[in-house]
Amino acid sequence: MLTAADFRAQFPFFAAHPDWIYLDNAATAHKPQAVIARELAFYQQQNSNVHRAAHGLAHEATRAFEQARSTVHQFLKPAADSQLIWTAGTTAGLNQLAFGLMDSILQPGDRILLTALEHHANIVPWQFHCQRYGIQIDVVPLDSANRLDLVVFRQLLERKPKVVSISHVSNGLGHIQPVQSLVAAAKAAGALTIIDGAQGISAGPLDLAAIDCDFYLFSGHKLYGPTGIGALYGKTGALELLRPLLYGGEMIKQVSFTGTVLNDLPYRLEAGTPNIAGALGLAAAVEFLQRFEPAVLQQHKQQLLQRLYQGCAQIPGLKLLSGLEDNAGIVSLVLPGEHPSDLATLLDQQKIAVRAGTHCAMPLYSALQQPGAVRLSLAPYNTITEVDAAIAALAQAVELF
Amino acid sequence: MQQQIEFIQSQQAIFAEVSQHRDWQQKYRLLMQLGKALPPLPDALKRDELLVAGCESAAWLCHQQQDGRHFWAFDSDARIIKGVITALLSQLNGLHRDELSAIDIAALYQQLGLAQGLSPSRSNGVAAVIRRIRQVL
Repeated sequence: MLTAADFRAQFPFFAAHPDWIYLDNAATAHKPQAVIARELAFYQQQNSNVHRAAHGLAHEATRAFEQARSTVHQFLKPAADSQLIWTAGTTAGLNQLAFGLMDSILQPGDRILLTALEHHANIVPWQFHCQRYGIQIDVVPLDSANRLDLVVFRQLLERKPKVVSISHVSNGLGHIQPVQSLVAAAKAAGALTIIDGAQGISAGPLDLAAIDCDFYLFSGHKLYGPTGIGALYGKTGALELLRPLLYGGEMIKQVSFTGTVLNDLPYRLEAGTPNIAGALGLAAAVEFLQRFEPAVLQQHKQQLLQRLYQGCAQIPGLKLLSGLEDNAGIVSLVLPGEHPSDLATLLDQQKIAVRAGTHCAMPLYSALQQPGAVRLSLAPYNTITEVDAAIAALAQAVELF
Repeated sequence: MQQQIEFIQSQQAIFAEVSQHRDWQQKYRLLMQLGKALPPLPDALKRDELLVAGCESAAWLCHQQQDGRHFWAFDSDARIIKGVITALLSQLNGLHRDELSAIDIAALYQQLGLAQGLSPSRSNGVAAVIRRIRQVL
């Protein structure tokens, strides 16, 4: 059986930078050789546009592109009547949803429900359109353990939001939300359900048929795939509700100056030449992942997380914002009274790559009453040695204050 | 603001001291002490137009001119950048325009010998502060 060490060996980045310790996986993950090779092979041997051309090369590119769609779709353990739309990433997908549901589902006077720990991409597009349409946004607050307050969540559902959009995993803290029960409650209240899976996609094997959400979104680059490609998964009936955000290209059936007939799904929501190499690269990332036993990778990451968490907790003065339970591999911490960028600078000096700041989740940090945090985020290719070195570097940094 | 400027003037020796240390811990220890010792700007001066865009932490840079000589004062939520900018300003404050024009501030920063380059990353506000200093000239 392949081990976590076999997994790491597939990532050329580590050989190129043996002196760095990369704990910024929640920002982006590294790419295995299989993904790099697939993108390269597409441009070297296969490059043609998809869907339109009349030649064999384009047919082959189209076949590979649609095969990639199917590979990624099946990886999500999809509900029976669902589809996968290619996007540029989670942010692009959320913009499509916020724009696409106005008018068709959301009318002036309606409400939607978000949470205090969302990434800006799951706040700002809603805010932008809701202000114009006169739609109210309710926000689920955090409880004392920095997790969603489920009592208030249920109370806010009584206001009958038309849409509930929640992140699967908090990007600022790493906490995994109980999405299956959240979705069930939201559906019972009559809402369309959206799960922002930007961090959830790499948290472990998904089962979207079981979660039963209407939409799920993620970015390829956090799943060891290329940047600039992502997916919007949706139940077909829910996708049919969406007014396209972008117009032109393959999304059209017939055009005249008196009117245009839009194409069917999934093409209707994929205007312009898609990121073909990116889609093939993302499918290669999924196939690469499927060579490993999920439990092996998960167990290893959890072992790293326990060790990192306990190591950080033992450094005098540090305050951990993340909890260890139901955590996808993130330790968020602060040195009270100090700005997180100082701690990050001292880690950078020791070649420990982390992120500092508000992680595009400013409302989360205002709820936590912190100016931001230092975020250490793990992937299964990290090692015990790296975790120990990071803890030592952190202790060294804290000692300088 | 006068209090900051006087403090910065009194710290001219630190620049050489930081530059000479081989050990990164010693460099940062000095810079962080310097950052902590820098008197804060009065809240009245922490105006939005003095905010330096491009820093992850909030940072304010004020400028004043006296008898043809230029002076800056600085404040930030983060300690290291306060120390770094104080060390730089200690080498720049009080100079005339033509003297300042002859100085490569980025090269001056490099002399401190910190690992972090002047990347456009938001986590590194030094480049943004240097641009703001240059704008005055």
